[in-house]
Amino acid sequence: MVQTATEQGWKPRNRSQIASRVARDIPEGWVVNLGIGIPTLVADQVPEEREVIFQSENGVIGFGPAPAADAVNPWLINAGKQPVTLRKGGAYIHHADSFAMIRGGHLDLCVLGAFEVAENGDIANWAVSATDTAPAVGGAMDLAVGARRLWVAMEHTTREGRPRLVKRCSYPLTAAAAVSRIYTNLAVIDVTPEGFRVVDMVDGLSFEALQAMTEAPLRQG
Amino acid sequence: MIDKRVRMVADALADVPDGACILLGGFGAVGQADALIDGLIEQGATNLTVVANNAGSGRTGLARLLELGRVRRMICSFPRSPGSSVFEELYRAGRIELEIVPQGTLAERLRAAGAGVPAFYTPTGVGTLLAEGKEVREIDGRPYLLEKALHGDVALIEGWRADRWGNLTYRESARNFNPVMAMAGKLTIAQAQHIVELGELDPEAIVTSGVFVDRIVHVPYATAAAAA
Repeated sequence: MVQTATEQGWKPRNRSQIASRVARDIPEGWVVNLGIGIPTLVADQVPEEREVIFQSENGVIGFGPAPAADAVNPWLINAGKQPVTLRKGGAYIHHADSFAMIRGGHLDLCVLGAFEVAENGDIANWAVSATDTAPAVGGAMDLAVGARRLWVAMEHTTREGRPRLVKRCSYPLTAAAAVSRIYTNLAVIDVTPEGFRVVDMVDGLSFEALQAMTEAPLRQG
Repeated sequence: MIDKRVRMVADALADVPDGACILLGGFGAVGQADALIDGLIEQGATNLTVVANNAGSGRTGLARLLELGRVRRMICSFPRSPGSSVFEELYRAGRIELEIVPQGTLAERLRAAGAGVPAFYTPTGVGTLLAEGKEVREIDGRPYLLEKALHGDVALIEGWRADRWGNLTYRESARNFNPVMAMAGKLTIAQAQHIVELGELDPEAIVTSGVFVDRIVHVPYATAAAAA
Protein backbone atom coordinates (compact mmCIF):
# COMPACT_ATOMS: atom_id res chain seq x y z
CA MET A 1 0.00 0.00 0.00
CA VAL A 2 1.21 3.49 -0.83
CA GLN A 3 1.94 5.61 2.21
CA THR A 4 0.35 9.03 2.42
CA ALA A 5 2.25 12.25 1.97
CA THR A 6 2.09 13.23 5.63
CA GLU A 7 3.51 9.91 6.79
CA GLN A 8 6.41 10.31 4.37
CA GLY A 9 7.14 13.97 5.01
CA TRP A 10 6.72 15.17 1.44
CA LYS A 11 4.13 17.50 0.09
CA PRO A 12 2.51 17.26 -3.34
CA ARG A 13 2.43 20.37 -5.50
CA ASN A 14 -0.97 22.04 -5.61
CA ARG A 15 -2.51 23.07 -8.95
CA SER A 16 -0.92 26.50 -9.08
CA GLN A 17 2.45 25.03 -8.05
CA ILE A 18 2.24 22.56 -10.92
CA ALA A 19 1.44 25.48 -13.23
CA SER A 20 4.35 27.45 -11.80
CA ARG A 21 6.71 24.51 -12.40
CA VAL A 22 5.55 24.37 -16.05
CA ALA A 23 5.98 28.13 -16.43
CA ARG A 24 9.62 27.92 -15.28
CA ASP A 25 10.42 25.89 -18.40
CA ILE A 26 8.80 28.24 -20.94
CA PRO A 27 11.39 30.61 -22.44
CA GLU A 28 10.81 34.07 -23.80
CA GLY A 29 9.55 34.15 -27.36
CA TRP A 30 7.61 30.91 -27.40
CA VAL A 31 4.09 30.71 -28.83
CA VAL A 32 2.06 28.61 -26.42
CA ASN A 33 -1.48 27.18 -26.28
CA LEU A 34 -2.87 26.18 -22.89
CA GLY A 35 -5.62 23.61 -22.43
CA ILE A 36 -8.44 23.68 -19.91
CA GLY A 37 -7.71 22.91 -16.23
CA ILE A 38 -4.26 23.16 -14.67
CA PRO A 39 -2.69 24.33 -17.99
CA THR A 40 -4.89 27.46 -17.98
CA LEU A 41 -3.17 28.53 -14.74
CA VAL A 42 0.24 28.58 -16.44
CA ALA A 43 -0.31 31.98 -18.11
CA ASP A 44 -0.54 33.76 -14.77
CA GLN A 45 2.74 32.15 -13.64
CA VAL A 46 4.86 33.58 -16.45
CA PRO A 47 6.21 37.00 -15.41
CA GLU A 48 4.92 39.77 -17.68
CA GLU A 49 8.43 40.93 -18.62
CA ARG A 50 9.14 37.50 -20.13
CA GLU A 51 7.38 37.87 -23.47
CA VAL A 52 5.52 34.64 -24.23
CA ILE A 53 2.69 34.71 -26.79
CA PHE A 54 -0.30 32.77 -25.49
CA GLN A 55 -2.58 31.55 -28.26
CA SER A 56 -6.17 30.54 -27.68
CA GLU A 57 -7.77 28.37 -30.36
CA ASN A 58 -10.80 30.64 -30.65
CA GLY A 59 -8.52 33.09 -32.43
CA VAL A 60 -6.99 35.19 -29.66
CA ILE A 61 -3.25 35.62 -30.19
CA GLY A 62 -1.35 37.17 -27.28
CA PHE A 63 -3.90 37.09 -24.49
CA GLY A 64 -3.09 38.52 -21.08
CA PRO A 65 -4.33 37.98 -17.54
CA ALA A 66 -7.99 37.79 -16.54
CA PRO A 67 -9.60 41.25 -16.24
CA ALA A 68 -10.88 42.75 -12.99
CA ALA A 69 -14.52 41.86 -12.34
CA ASP A 70 -15.69 45.35 -13.34
CA ALA A 71 -13.62 45.37 -16.53
CA VAL A 72 -14.88 42.17 -18.17
CA ASN A 73 -15.34 42.45 -21.94
CA PRO A 74 -17.99 39.88 -22.95
CA TRP A 75 -16.55 39.65 -26.50
CA LEU A 76 -13.11 38.60 -25.32
CA ILE A 77 -12.84 35.05 -24.01
CA ASN A 78 -10.34 32.21 -24.12
CA ALA A 79 -10.95 28.64 -25.28
CA GLY A 80 -12.23 27.76 -21.80
CA LYS A 81 -14.83 30.54 -22.31
CA GLN A 82 -13.38 32.60 -19.46
CA PRO A 83 -12.84 36.36 -19.86
CA VAL A 84 -9.30 37.39 -20.75
CA THR A 85 -7.49 40.54 -21.89
CA LEU A 86 -5.34 41.20 -24.95
CA ARG A 87 -1.70 42.20 -24.55
CA LYS A 88 -0.09 44.93 -26.63
CA GLY A 89 0.82 43.30 -29.94
CA GLY A 90 -2.08 40.86 -29.68
CA ALA A 91 -4.39 40.07 -32.58
CA TYR A 92 -7.64 38.32 -33.49
CA ILE A 93 -7.86 35.72 -36.23
CA HIS A 94 -10.66 33.43 -37.37
CA HIS A 95 -11.00 29.76 -36.44
CA ALA A 96 -9.55 28.27 -39.64
CA ASP A 97 -6.48 30.51 -39.40
CA SER A 98 -6.16 29.71 -35.71
CA PHE A 99 -6.06 25.99 -36.44
CA ALA A 100 -3.76 26.57 -39.42
CA MET A 101 -1.42 28.09 -36.83
CA ILE A 102 -1.90 25.04 -34.60
CA ARG A 103 -1.83 22.25 -37.20
CA GLY A 104 0.77 23.97 -39.33
CA GLY A 105 3.45 23.64 -36.66
CA HIS A 106 3.60 27.30 -35.67
CA LEU A 107 3.18 26.72 -31.92
CA ASP A 108 6.29 26.03 -29.88
CA LEU A 109 4.28 24.34 -27.18
CA CYS A 110 0.88 23.11 -26.15
CA VAL A 111 0.13 22.16 -22.56
CA LEU A 112 -2.90 19.91 -22.07
CA GLY A 113 -4.57 18.16 -19.17
CA ALA A 114 -5.05 14.40 -19.49
CA PHE A 115 -6.71 11.35 -18.01
CA GLU A 116 -3.75 9.14 -18.93
CA VAL A 117 -0.38 9.29 -20.65
CA ALA A 118 1.34 6.09 -21.80
CA GLU A 119 5.08 5.44 -21.74
CA ASN A 120 5.22 5.79 -25.55
CA GLY A 121 3.67 9.28 -25.37
CA ASP A 122 0.08 8.30 -26.20
CA ILE A 123 -2.40 10.72 -24.62
CA ALA A 124 -6.03 10.15 -23.61
CA ASN A 125 -7.87 13.28 -22.55
CA TRP A 126 -11.24 13.56 -24.31
CA ALA A 127 -13.51 10.57 -23.62
CA VAL A 128 -13.76 8.12 -20.75
CA SER A 129 -15.12 5.28 -22.89
CA ALA A 130 -15.95 4.39 -26.47
CA THR A 131 -19.62 4.86 -25.56
CA ASP A 132 -19.26 8.15 -23.68
CA THR A 133 -22.66 9.80 -23.17
CA ALA A 134 -21.65 12.95 -25.05
CA PRO A 135 -18.01 12.90 -26.03
CA ALA A 136 -16.45 16.35 -26.42
CA VAL A 137 -13.14 16.60 -28.23
CA GLY A 138 -12.82 20.34 -28.84
CA GLY A 139 -9.38 21.26 -30.20
CA ALA A 140 -7.39 18.64 -28.29
CA MET A 141 -6.68 16.32 -31.24
CA ASP A 142 -5.51 19.19 -33.45
CA LEU A 143 -3.31 20.63 -30.71
CA ALA A 144 -1.81 17.27 -29.82
CA VAL A 145 -0.61 16.58 -33.36
CA GLY A 146 0.12 20.15 -34.41
CA ALA A 147 2.21 21.81 -31.72
CA ARG A 148 5.98 21.28 -31.91
CA ARG A 149 5.97 20.08 -28.28
CA LEU A 150 3.16 18.61 -26.24
CA TRP A 151 3.43 18.73 -22.46
CA VAL A 152 0.82 17.42 -20.06
CA ALA A 153 -0.02 18.90 -16.66
CA MET A 154 -2.12 16.64 -14.44
CA GLU A 155 -2.38 14.89 -11.07
CA HIS A 156 -0.06 11.88 -10.82
CA THR A 157 -2.92 9.52 -9.85
CA THR A 158 -6.71 9.54 -9.88
CA ARG A 159 -8.61 10.43 -6.69
CA GLU A 160 -8.82 6.70 -6.03
CA GLY A 161 -5.03 6.40 -6.31
CA ARG A 162 -4.95 4.74 -9.74
CA PRO A 163 -1.84 5.71 -11.76
CA ARG A 164 -2.34 8.07 -14.70
CA LEU A 165 1.14 7.34 -16.11
CA VAL A 166 0.51 3.95 -17.66
CA LYS A 167 1.94 1.33 -20.01
CA ARG A 168 -0.99 1.65 -22.41
CA CYS A 169 -3.90 4.07 -22.21
CA SER A 170 -7.19 2.42 -21.27
CA TYR A 171 -9.27 5.41 -22.41
CA PRO A 172 -9.79 6.42 -26.08
CA LEU A 173 -6.70 8.15 -27.48
CA THR A 174 -6.47 11.84 -28.32
CA ALA A 175 -3.23 11.28 -30.22
CA ALA A 176 -0.56 8.60 -30.50
CA ALA A 177 3.05 9.13 -29.37
CA ALA A 178 2.57 12.86 -28.96
CA VAL A 179 3.57 13.79 -25.39
CA SER A 180 7.19 14.72 -24.63
CA ARG A 181 6.95 15.81 -20.98
CA ILE A 182 4.57 15.42 -18.02
CA TYR A 183 4.23 17.73 -15.01
CA THR A 184 2.37 16.20 -12.07
CA ASN A 185 1.80 17.11 -8.44
CA LEU A 186 4.72 14.78 -7.61
CA ALA A 187 7.28 14.99 -10.40
CA VAL A 188 8.39 16.13 -13.82
CA ILE A 189 8.83 13.21 -16.19
CA ASP A 190 10.13 13.06 -19.76
CA VAL A 191 8.79 10.65 -22.35
CA THR A 192 11.83 9.14 -24.07
CA PRO A 193 12.26 6.33 -26.64
CA GLU A 194 13.08 4.11 -23.62
CA GLY A 195 9.97 5.17 -21.68
CA PHE A 196 9.44 7.51 -18.70
CA ARG A 197 12.49 9.27 -17.25
CA VAL A 198 12.26 11.31 -14.02
CA VAL A 199 13.52 14.90 -14.36
CA ASP A 200 12.72 16.00 -10.81
CA MET A 201 10.50 15.12 -7.84
CA VAL A 202 8.99 17.07 -4.96
CA ASP A 203 11.30 17.37 -1.94
CA GLY A 204 11.40 14.33 0.30
CA LEU A 205 9.71 11.94 -2.15
CA SER A 206 11.70 8.77 -2.87
CA PHE A 207 12.06 7.26 -6.33
CA GLU A 208 10.55 4.03 -4.99
CA ALA A 209 7.47 5.84 -3.66
CA LEU A 210 7.03 7.61 -7.02
CA GLN A 211 7.39 4.32 -8.88
CA ALA A 212 4.73 2.76 -6.62
CA MET A 213 2.28 5.41 -7.85
CA THR A 214 3.24 4.93 -11.51
CA GLU A 215 2.14 1.96 -13.59
CA ALA A 216 4.91 2.03 -16.20
CA PRO A 217 8.55 1.68 -15.19
CA LEU A 218 10.46 4.89 -14.43
CA ARG A 219 14.12 5.57 -15.07
CA GLN A 220 16.28 7.94 -13.06
CA GLY A 221 18.61 10.65 -14.31
CA MET B 1 -27.93 49.39 -56.31
CA ILE B 2 -26.75 46.41 -54.28
CA ASP B 3 -28.57 46.40 -50.98
CA LYS B 4 -28.49 43.24 -48.85
CA ARG B 5 -30.18 44.84 -45.87
CA VAL B 6 -33.37 43.16 -44.70
CA ARG B 7 -35.41 45.00 -42.11
CA MET B 8 -36.99 42.10 -40.23
CA VAL B 9 -35.38 38.90 -38.99
CA ALA B 10 -38.51 36.99 -40.06
CA ASP B 11 -38.13 38.18 -43.67
CA ALA B 12 -34.45 37.24 -43.72
CA LEU B 13 -35.27 33.67 -42.66
CA ALA B 14 -38.58 33.17 -44.50
CA ASP B 15 -37.26 30.70 -47.11
CA VAL B 16 -35.21 28.38 -44.84
CA PRO B 17 -36.55 24.93 -45.79
CA ASP B 18 -37.16 21.85 -43.66
CA GLY B 19 -34.19 19.50 -43.70
CA ALA B 20 -31.67 22.30 -44.23
CA CYS B 21 -28.10 22.16 -42.94
CA ILE B 22 -27.66 25.27 -40.80
CA LEU B 23 -24.22 26.65 -39.89
CA LEU B 24 -24.25 28.61 -36.63
CA GLY B 25 -21.29 30.90 -36.00
CA GLY B 26 -19.98 31.56 -32.53
CA PHE B 27 -17.87 29.93 -29.86
CA GLY B 28 -20.20 29.29 -26.98
CA ALA B 29 -22.29 32.47 -26.75
CA VAL B 30 -19.62 34.79 -28.16
CA GLY B 31 -20.21 35.64 -31.80
CA GLN B 32 -23.41 33.63 -31.94
CA ALA B 33 -26.22 35.16 -33.99
CA ASP B 34 -28.81 35.02 -31.19
CA ALA B 35 -31.50 37.08 -32.93
CA LEU B 36 -31.30 34.91 -36.05
CA ILE B 37 -31.49 31.71 -33.99
CA ASP B 38 -34.57 33.07 -32.21
CA GLY B 39 -35.95 33.91 -35.64
CA LEU B 40 -35.35 30.36 -36.81
CA ILE B 41 -37.23 29.06 -33.76
CA GLU B 42 -40.18 31.28 -34.74
CA GLN B 43 -39.90 30.41 -38.42
CA GLY B 44 -40.57 26.73 -37.83
CA ALA B 45 -38.17 24.86 -40.14
CA THR B 46 -37.57 21.37 -38.82
CA ASN B 47 -35.59 18.16 -39.41
CA LEU B 48 -32.49 20.37 -39.43
CA THR B 49 -28.82 19.53 -39.32
CA VAL B 50 -26.98 22.07 -37.19
CA VAL B 51 -23.24 22.71 -37.38
CA ALA B 52 -21.85 24.67 -34.44
CA ASN B 53 -18.87 24.38 -32.13
CA ASN B 54 -21.10 23.74 -29.11
CA ALA B 55 -24.54 22.22 -28.63
CA GLY B 56 -26.25 25.06 -26.80
CA SER B 57 -26.68 25.75 -23.12
CA GLY B 58 -29.55 26.69 -20.85
CA ARG B 59 -33.05 26.69 -22.34
CA THR B 60 -32.81 29.44 -24.95
CA GLY B 61 -31.28 29.85 -28.40
CA LEU B 62 -29.84 26.65 -29.84
CA ALA B 63 -30.84 24.69 -26.72
CA ARG B 64 -34.45 25.77 -27.29
CA LEU B 65 -34.31 24.75 -30.96
CA LEU B 66 -33.05 21.33 -29.84
CA GLU B 67 -35.65 21.05 -27.10
CA LEU B 68 -38.41 21.69 -29.65
CA GLY B 69 -37.23 18.61 -31.56
CA ARG B 70 -36.35 20.57 -34.66
CA VAL B 71 -32.82 19.27 -35.04
CA ARG B 72 -32.21 15.78 -36.38
CA ARG B 73 -28.43 15.90 -36.39
CA MET B 74 -25.79 17.95 -34.59
CA ILE B 75 -22.27 18.34 -35.96
CA CYS B 76 -19.94 19.89 -33.40
CA SER B 77 -16.63 19.62 -31.56
CA PHE B 78 -17.67 20.18 -27.97
CA PRO B 79 -21.30 19.35 -27.14
CA ARG B 80 -20.68 19.01 -23.42
CA SER B 81 -20.40 22.28 -21.54
CA PRO B 82 -21.92 23.84 -18.44
CA GLY B 83 -25.68 23.99 -19.02
CA SER B 84 -25.75 21.71 -22.08
CA SER B 85 -28.32 19.41 -20.43
CA VAL B 86 -30.92 19.72 -23.23
CA PHE B 87 -28.55 18.25 -25.78
CA GLU B 88 -27.27 15.58 -23.40
CA GLU B 89 -30.81 14.41 -22.55
CA LEU B 90 -31.78 14.18 -26.23
CA TYR B 91 -28.57 12.35 -27.04
CA ARG B 92 -28.96 9.84 -24.22
CA ALA B 93 -32.54 9.23 -25.29
CA GLY B 94 -31.40 8.54 -28.87
CA ARG B 95 -33.45 11.45 -30.18
CA ILE B 96 -30.60 13.28 -31.88
CA GLU B 97 -27.64 12.18 -33.99
CA LEU B 98 -24.20 13.48 -33.10
CA GLU B 99 -21.21 13.81 -35.39
CA ILE B 100 -18.25 14.79 -33.27
CA VAL B 101 -15.52 16.60 -35.21
CA PRO B 102 -12.19 17.91 -33.91
CA GLN B 103 -12.42 21.67 -33.74
CA GLY B 104 -9.65 22.35 -36.26
CA THR B 105 -11.06 19.77 -38.65
CA LEU B 106 -14.48 21.41 -38.31
CA ALA B 107 -13.02 24.84 -39.15
CA GLU B 108 -11.04 23.45 -42.09
CA ARG B 109 -13.98 21.44 -43.49
CA LEU B 110 -15.98 24.68 -43.53
CA ARG B 111 -13.10 26.63 -45.03
CA ALA B 112 -12.67 23.94 -47.69
CA ALA B 113 -16.37 24.10 -48.56
CA GLY B 114 -16.15 27.85 -49.08
CA ALA B 115 -12.92 27.53 -51.02
CA GLY B 116 -14.03 24.90 -53.53
CA VAL B 117 -11.82 22.18 -52.06
CA PRO B 118 -13.82 18.92 -51.85
CA ALA B 119 -11.63 17.17 -49.27
CA PHE B 120 -8.22 17.37 -47.63
CA TYR B 121 -5.79 15.23 -45.66
CA THR B 122 -5.11 16.10 -42.02
CA PRO B 123 -2.96 14.54 -39.29
CA THR B 124 -5.64 15.29 -36.69
CA GLY B 125 -7.43 12.22 -35.34
CA VAL B 126 -5.14 9.55 -36.82
CA GLY B 127 -5.19 6.43 -34.64
CA THR B 128 -8.27 7.57 -32.66
CA LEU B 129 -11.94 6.59 -32.57
CA LEU B 130 -12.69 9.56 -34.82
CA ALA B 131 -10.66 7.94 -37.62
CA GLU B 132 -13.13 5.08 -37.95
CA GLY B 133 -14.44 4.70 -41.48
CA LYS B 134 -12.09 7.34 -42.89
CA GLU B 135 -9.48 6.84 -45.57
CA VAL B 136 -5.92 6.92 -44.19
CA ARG B 137 -3.11 7.84 -46.54
CA GLU B 138 0.58 8.02 -45.84
CA ILE B 139 2.26 11.08 -47.33
CA ASP B 140 6.04 11.45 -46.91
CA GLY B 141 5.98 8.84 -44.18
CA ARG B 142 3.22 10.30 -42.02
CA PRO B 143 -0.39 9.04 -41.92
CA TYR B 144 -3.28 11.42 -42.60
CA LEU B 145 -7.08 11.20 -42.59
CA LEU B 146 -9.20 12.24 -45.53
CA GLU B 147 -11.80 14.77 -44.39
CA LYS B 148 -14.56 16.13 -46.62
CA ALA B 149 -15.71 19.72 -47.07
CA LEU B 150 -18.75 20.68 -44.99
CA HIS B 151 -21.28 22.80 -46.88
CA GLY B 152 -24.20 24.60 -45.30
CA ASP B 153 -27.53 25.42 -46.92
CA VAL B 154 -27.81 28.41 -44.62
CA ALA B 155 -25.18 30.15 -42.46
CA LEU B 156 -26.37 32.34 -39.59
CA ILE B 157 -23.53 34.56 -38.44
CA GLU B 158 -22.84 37.61 -36.31
CA GLY B 159 -20.77 40.58 -37.44
CA TRP B 160 -20.00 43.83 -35.67
CA ARG B 161 -20.14 46.44 -38.45
CA ALA B 162 -21.72 45.87 -41.83
CA ASP B 163 -22.51 47.88 -44.93
CA ARG B 164 -25.24 47.35 -47.53
CA TRP B 165 -22.89 45.27 -49.71
CA GLY B 166 -22.59 42.80 -46.83
CA ASN B 167 -18.97 43.62 -45.97
CA LEU B 168 -18.30 42.70 -42.34
CA THR B 169 -15.98 43.39 -39.48
CA TYR B 170 -16.05 41.45 -36.23
CA ARG B 171 -15.48 42.27 -32.61
CA GLU B 172 -12.59 40.67 -30.74
CA SER B 173 -13.00 36.92 -30.17
CA ALA B 174 -16.53 37.02 -31.65
CA ARG B 175 -14.88 36.50 -35.04
CA ASN B 176 -14.21 32.76 -34.44
CA PHE B 177 -16.17 30.53 -36.87
CA ASN B 178 -18.16 33.37 -38.48
CA PRO B 179 -15.87 34.15 -41.46
CA VAL B 180 -15.48 30.50 -42.56
CA MET B 181 -19.18 29.82 -42.11
CA ALA B 182 -19.99 32.92 -44.18
CA MET B 183 -17.96 31.32 -46.98
CA ALA B 184 -19.41 27.81 -46.54
CA GLY B 185 -23.09 28.80 -46.59
CA LYS B 186 -25.09 28.71 -49.83
CA LEU B 187 -27.27 31.36 -48.21
CA THR B 188 -25.44 33.47 -45.64
CA ILE B 189 -27.42 35.71 -43.32
CA ALA B 190 -25.59 38.05 -40.95
CA GLN B 191 -26.85 40.05 -38.02
CA ALA B 192 -24.77 43.11 -37.27
CA GLN B 193 -24.56 45.48 -34.34
CA HIS B 194 -23.99 48.51 -36.61
CA ILE B 195 -24.87 49.18 -40.21
CA VAL B 196 -22.75 51.92 -41.71
CA GLU B 197 -22.75 53.81 -45.00
CA LEU B 198 -21.03 52.18 -47.96
CA GLY B 199 -17.40 53.37 -47.90
CA GLU B 200 -17.27 53.87 -44.15
CA LEU B 201 -15.63 50.52 -43.42
CA ASP B 202 -11.86 50.70 -43.83
CA PRO B 203 -11.15 48.41 -46.82
CA GLU B 204 -8.01 47.20 -45.01
CA ALA B 205 -10.10 46.13 -42.02
CA ILE B 206 -12.97 44.29 -43.75
CA VAL B 207 -12.66 40.64 -42.68
CA THR B 208 -15.53 39.10 -44.63
CA SER B 209 -16.14 40.41 -48.12
CA GLY B 210 -19.77 41.08 -48.91
CA VAL B 211 -19.37 38.59 -51.75
CA PHE B 212 -19.83 35.87 -49.10
CA VAL B 213 -22.90 37.49 -47.51
CA ASP B 214 -26.44 37.45 -48.90
CA ARG B 215 -28.55 39.23 -46.27
CA ILE B 216 -27.81 41.66 -43.45
CA VAL B 217 -30.10 42.36 -40.50
CA HIS B 218 -29.43 45.23 -38.11
CA VAL B 219 -29.61 43.88 -34.55
CA PRO B 220 -28.18 46.37 -32.04
CA TYR B 221 -28.16 44.70 -28.66
CA ALA B 222 -24.99 45.77 -26.87
CA THR B 223 -25.26 48.22 -24.01
CA ALA B 224 -24.23 51.77 -24.86
CA ALA B 225 -20.88 51.34 -23.09
CA ALA B 226 -20.04 48.04 -24.76
CA ALA B 227 -21.22 49.20 -28.18
CA ALA B 228 -18.74 52.07 -28.34
